[in-house]
Amino acid sequence: MRRVGLQRRDAVGAAVFLLAVGAVMFLPRFISDFRAQQLAYVGIYFIALIGLNILTGFTGQISLGHGAFMAIGGYTTAILISDQGLAIGSHVFSGDMRDLWTIPLAGLVAGVAGFLFGFPALRLTGLYLALATFAVAVATPAVIRKFEHFTGGGAGINLFESPRLTGVSKTDPITFESTEGVDILGFHIATFNEWLYYLSWTIALVLFAVAWFVLRGRVGRAFRAIRDSELAAASAGVNLARYKTLAFGISAFYAGVAGSLLGIATTFVNPDTFPITLSIFLLVGVVVGGLGSLWPLVLGAVFIQFLPLWAQSLNDYLPSGLDLPSGLGRLDVPNFRAPGAPAVVYGVVLILVMLAFPGGAAGLVRRLRALPALVRRR
Amino acid sequence: MTEFFQQVVSGLALGAIYAALALALVLIHRATGVINFAQGEMAMFTTYIAWTLTTNHGWDKWLAFAATLVLAFIGGVAIQRTVIRPIERASILTIVIVTIGLVLIFNGAAGWIWTAEVRFFPSLFPNETVSVGGVAISVIDLGTIAVVLVLVALLWAFFQFTKIGLALRASALNPDASRLVGVRVGWMLAIGWGLAAMLGAVAGILTAPTTTLDPTMMQAILIYAFAAAVLGGIDSPFGAVAGGLLLGVGLNLVGNYIDFVGADLRLPVALLIILVVLLVRPAGLFGKPIARRV
Repeated sequence: MRRVGLQRRDAVGAAVFLLAVGAVMFLPRFISDFRAQQLAYVGIYFIALIGLNILTGFTGQISLGHGAFMAIGGYTTAILISDQGLAIGSHVFSGDMRDLWTIPLAGLVAGVAGFLFGFPALRLTGLYLALATFAVAVATPAVIRKFEHFTGGGAGINLFESPRLTGVSKTDPITFESTEGVDILGFHIATFNEWLYYLSWTIALVLFAVAWFVLRGRVGRAFRAIRDSELAAASAGVNLARYKTLAFGISAFYAGVAGSLLGIATTFVNPDTFPITLSIFLLVGVVVGGLGSLWPLVLGAVFIQFLPLWAQSLNDYLPSGLDLPSGLGRLDVPNFRAPGAPAVVYGVVLILVMLAFPGGAAGLVRRLRALPALVRRR
Repeated sequence: MTEFFQQVVSGLALGAIYAALALALVLIHRATGVINFAQGEMAMFTTYIAWTLTTNHGWDKWLAFAATLVLAFIGGVAIQRTVIRPIERASILTIVIVTIGLVLIFNGAAGWIWTAEVRFFPSLFPNETVSVGGVAISVIDLGTIAVVLVLVALLWAFFQFTKIGLALRASALNPDASRLVGVRVGWMLAIGWGLAAMLGAVAGILTAPTTTLDPTMMQAILIYAFAAAVLGGIDSPFGAVAGGLLLGVGLNLVGNYIDFVGADLRLPVALLIILVVLLVRPAGLFGKPIARRV
């Protein structure tokens, strides 16, 4: 088959992408403010998952420490927003574009850090890389606490005094009174959560398109070749050092942007914003979405955002207990609202997915697609 | 000088704990080429079992200790048979992810069953000091070192002088040939997991009295154990013990005498050790360099 320019698949992909953009644009009209906030977090996780999957799913370099790159991004934004010649925490948000420009900067800082980490990582393969990145993730909060004058130590940094809309402020030209809410492209965005939703999903969709474009070309082919066999890739002329460090850099850029948005969304950062469990949940999301997939990562992001809530509501659907036969007593159904329960459910799902559906959601979709062909062949 | 000597001894006690957990990691890595990221959480979970037996059921400390080791062994075997065995031949990534799943399960389950409340865990040894050459040494420290050394000696004897020990070594060295001569390799791997879980339980029970018991208790210890195993050579049981003791003493001295490091930066220092050893001498101090045929 000749590969010339855009193919039919790409056209279909572009159409689906536009539909998704439309859906994302109009969805807030039908959902509550609280739901918008939750979906904003889904967008943020989506960005981080794309980043992690570029490294782990496409290039085969395992990372158990992506929360550390998110921390770099989050702290970059926090320091840039709060440090404007005022003492940390006393910054009253001014409502200009300066705050938004910290997001790409956070991505760049994290990206450079990732690129640099890529060099020692060149000498680590498989298990050892997993080990080193895991240690990075565990050590990150300790490092943040230590450099207190810079990071605010254990107390962290408040980005805004109170959550405000940022970007375009709406100021009356005559009275100079600013009112809540901004208008963008004819959309009136009234609340912080709704604005957060649009911010994170706009960035997520742009970065998704970028990832898709990068991965379908020469760079993506090099990544996949490295994943499938470093030796074969090297003998086919792929510069391992260049592409592996590049994968680390791009991946960390995505994580940094996600971390920056997470900081804005929570309006403060402290060492507990980026715990080791964050890194682990990112891995869970990538596995659930499917290693080496792109759009199914949305499902992974939905999964890590909503699973704790689903787990906690399990008790609504389960009986409170089972009566065992002939005087054996009663078996109580465990309380899924208790702390710790969601983590257990995460763990069980992670293992079940690896045992039964190693391809995650993407693999499942692929299997379902192959089904009609199988039936026809019979 | 007195303080220095005390710091060395308490460093050795910490190091003995790292050594026990590092040995657990090495046992599994030698047999299956896998690093069990859940080793620390498994240790924490078994420590909670020991706590329940002593505090809630009033068992004798040593009896509870022994019972916990037995339960840990059974638990380790069960985990290998149920979740690790089906993915034995899968990629490294798959296996790492499954052990991460175990981390989540044990950490969550501990919080679920016992809550995240910090618990006091009684030490196996009296909280006293003895004078050695005029220097007051904590009995708990000496006891910790003794327990780990006895355990390592027993384990060594088990591997060296029993038939099962021989079979275990054989299946780690050459599984296919072992299968041909009738060794049930699958079960040997399960026993390896059981022994590792037991070592972890020992590490947990020795750690808990000093740090107090909570679900995050072993996370830092696991990183130190990683560092110890990497330092000693991830395939060398002797290296794991030596690496653990070296790291314990080293970190304790660095933490106490270098103000900048203090108590906060010990973890990043361990991370640095992992990175430097992996980059400069991946086989560790006592491991054999591996040449890969391509």
